[in-house]
Amino acid sequence: MQILPYLVAAYVFLVGCYGLATSRNLIHTVGCLSVCQAATYVLLLAVGYRDGATAPVFSDVEPGSRPVVDPVVQALTLTDVVVGATVTALLLALVLQVAKRHGTVDPDELRELRG
Amino acid sequence: MHHLLPLLAALPLLGAALLVVTGRHLPRAAAETTGLVFSGGTAALALVLTLNSSPPMVEWVGGWLPVDGESVGIVVVGDGPALGMAALVSLLTVAALAYSWRYFAEPPPGHPGAFTALMLVFQGAMCGFALAGDLFNAFVFFELMSVVAYALTGYRIDEARAVQGALTFGVVNSLGAYAMLMGIGLLYARTGELAMTKIGRGLDTAAAGHGGPDGLVLASFVLVLTGLLVKAAAVPFHFWLPDAHAVAPTPVCMLLSGVMVELGVYGVWRVYGTVFAGPGGIPAADLTRALVTLGTVTAAVGAVMCWYQRHIKRLLAYSTVAHTGLFLVALGVLTPEGDDGIALYVVGHAGVKAALFACAGILLDRYGSVDEHELHGRARELPGVAVMFAVGAVGLAGLPPFGTALGKGVAEEAVGGPLTVVYVAASAITAGAVLRITARVFLGLGPRPRDARSDLETSGTGERPETSGPLRRIPDTMRTVPAVLLAAAFAVGVVPAFGGLVARSVNEAGSGGAHASVRWTAHGILLGLASTALAAALAALAVTRPRWVAAPGWAVPLRRLQSGHVGDYVAWLLMGVTVLGALALPGVLGG
Amino acid sequence: MNRLRLWLLAVGGAGLTALLVAACPGLPRFGGRSHPYGERAVRASLDRHTANTVASVNFDQRAYDTLGEMSILFAAVLGCVVLLRQARDEHRARPEPAAVARPVRRYALIVLPVALVTGLYVVAHGQLSPGGGFQGGVVAATALHLLYLGADYGALERVRPLAVYETSDALAVCAYLVLGLAGVLAGTAFLANTLLPYGTFNTLSSGGAVPLLNAAIGMEVASAVVVLLATFLDQAVEIEEKQGS
Repeated sequence: MQILPYLVAAYVFLVGCYGLATSRNLIHTVGCLSVCQAATYVLLLAVGYRDGATAPVFSDVEPGSRPVVDPVVQALTLTDVVVGATVTALLLALVLQVAKRHGTVDPDELRELRG
Repeated sequence: MHHLLPLLAALPLLGAALLVVTGRHLPRAAAETTGLVFSGGTAALALVLTLNSSPPMVEWVGGWLPVDGESVGIVVVGDGPALGMAALVSLLTVAALAYSWRYFAEPPPGHPGAFTALMLVFQGAMCGFALAGDLFNAFVFFELMSVVAYALTGYRIDEARAVQGALTFGVVNSLGAYAMLMGIGLLYARTGELAMTKIGRGLDTAAAGHGGPDGLVLASFVLVLTGLLVKAAAVPFHFWLPDAHAVAPTPVCMLLSGVMVELGVYGVWRVYGTVFAGPGGIPAADLTRALVTLGTVTAAVGAVMCWYQRHIKRLLAYSTVAHTGLFLVALGVLTPEGDDGIALYVVGHAGVKAALFACAGILLDRYGSVDEHELHGRARELPGVAVMFAVGAVGLAGLPPFGTALGKGVAEEAVGGPLTVVYVAASAITAGAVLRITARVFLGLGPRPRDARSDLETSGTGERPETSGPLRRIPDTMRTVPAVLLAAAFAVGVVPAFGGLVARSVNEAGSGGAHASVRWTAHGILLGLASTALAAALAALAVTRPRWVAAPGWAVPLRRLQSGHVGDYVAWLLMGVTVLGALALPGVLGG
Repeated sequence: MNRLRLWLLAVGGAGLTALLVAACPGLPRFGGRSHPYGERAVRASLDRHTANTVASVNFDQRAYDTLGEMSILFAAVLGCVVLLRQARDEHRARPEPAAVARPVRRYALIVLPVALVTGLYVVAHGQLSPGGGFQGGVVAATALHLLYLGADYGALERVRPLAVYETSDALAVCAYLVLGLAGVLAGTAFLANTLLPYGTFNTLSSGGAVPLLNAAIGMEVASAVVVLLATFLDQAVEIEEKQGS
């Protein structure tokens, strides 16, 4: 039970990798990349969790009255989310152009760039 | 002085933002001048800081100086290697911007400064990564550098290959970055810190409790290194590189091959030295095993694949793969001499490789092709470019007194023994391939190769020039930039004080204070001459007796591996993680 | 799918699984108490009168990371504008007005101002309550796009002069950098939050430079999301391949 959240993060990362390797559609590929990234959110937030703790926001909690979860990982996760969203947008833009130039989004049918 | 360190990342970003604010109202020349001013100003700042980097500087961004050794801020490192890389990045960006001066056919409508702005962000990102002393901060700048690089690689959206190469680049590099972030998460869990030196100390403290590194240290080491080695294009993480470098606009190729890939190698050096080198990290013998093995394979695969290319930019891309392998080998032996050698090699290689890409760009813009077979003898009318291409080739081979030769000689002595063969062979084969191009394309020597179309390779025909039509006359900027870059690579080896300066600042930052002297040795000069002679012989053989050096049967499966399929590349990446883990495992089991 | 890839995937996946599983026993207990950096961050945040510790980490303690993060967004927007520009063989068509079901229109037009105000509220209270520039900026930008649902693309384009949003995106980046440079000019450090008074804890003006940096990010994110969505919507609605090419 104690390592379950970490195992979930590992599982999510592996599933994303499986999807990336076997994908038949580039949009799906980009989605799988986001799945891999979701694993990093799970890992970071699991690392920062503390039993019985609340959010590290002191506008309605007296400082020191309750434990709070690690605010650093939350900030890191926020950064990570923004990174993920922008990378997804950029890669989808590239998929759109691949679809226009190659007429397909199936990676098996892209016949350029070999050898 | 140390307060100025973060400005190396901030100034180019400010320039980019200003270009976007004013871009609509500026004429193109003004936008490009602004770009040059900002990147040049950053380069000047980087040089000044580099000259003042002894003793190494440290800056806590936001003024969060440590209290009792603890800080909540981000640390930026201003030692010789970090500032040297930032200076190299900045100078090469200036060169790339000068090369692209009034060069691209059509800037996006309404955004005359967009390309320049992206180049500036790229410069800022690479400088930020070079200076990072905080692991998560390094990840942020690593991602920034990747994101800009994807956009720049796919810049020519009318080209089917460009968008495919950029997408492959994006998927593989992002996956590597996420693996790196998983590793950072594991390290944070173990140590509760993000500054690299603090993580290193945390690992040592934890290991003292239960005797040596454990599975978590191994996993975090492998994951963090995966991200960096994907960037450094080590086999089997390298597949994205030829696909991306063959299709990116030429000025972007100059930066990708010249410094971005090398920043991956630099990252390995930095992260191992500050995080994993202690007793709680990965033992030196395991790192040596991992890097020397991967480096040797990388050099071999890169050199063989380089030799069989006909697409000139792809050929140059594979030569970058081969040279990264050489850098990794010298890094892996973990000696002060090895570090000095690679530092000089990287600087010399950046000049030579960027110049070669610049020359390939001239061919592309003049003839609309970068195919060795199609261009056979057509570039006889460009004697100046021919000379630069040949000089670049011998620079790649490591002919003394080029900077590459000095760096290679020092590195060869550091690795010693049979690994010297790898150095001579890889540099000779890649340089031989470039000389072969010179002989066929610029001199028209030998029979015209028969054009056997196969699905095994990418030809360089049917490319669209990057200018607004095929160039009749080569602009002076496009000729001057490669000449200056080659002269700089030459100067690195010739100016006597330079090698000593680099060695001193590298050793001051790492290598535990041990100082190694860097100088030309008879051994190094002889090996440099041998590589060059071998390269010339290979090229001569290829031109006069093409059958003797045609692709043998065993090279076919190797070439089939480069399938252009992103799923294959991801599977290879996973395989690489496993191999890396297996290579580093004995130390963890033994501990 | 070819056999080689399956083998690589099987072996590589097994190796990665082994590696990740081997790391798990070494991890601290889930929910454990040891968070040295986190505790220092909470103390530093309270010292500077910032009620939301996450905002303090983002805009004060690790504001340099946020600079990189903001630049990633800026670069991605610029990249998408460049990558999704009109290609040589394409032209722009006028968007056709589309019929919208009345309930949808009514709902969208009622929710739009509410969503917009919510977004601005979340941005403004970034240093006090959960949320901040990133979250609020996205909400505000999404609010505008209710016009696309409630009316049509033409209506959205009228309230969305792209040039203005692109400029404000870049201006926000400039503002963040200038706020950072002010620290250097004042002789402290880049992005140092020492120039402004820290104010009263738990009020809108607390935290020194945190609200300013937070506002810059809010402006950047809102503009960036608008531009980003616009480049994709343009592809779907306006840009067409030329006939016969």
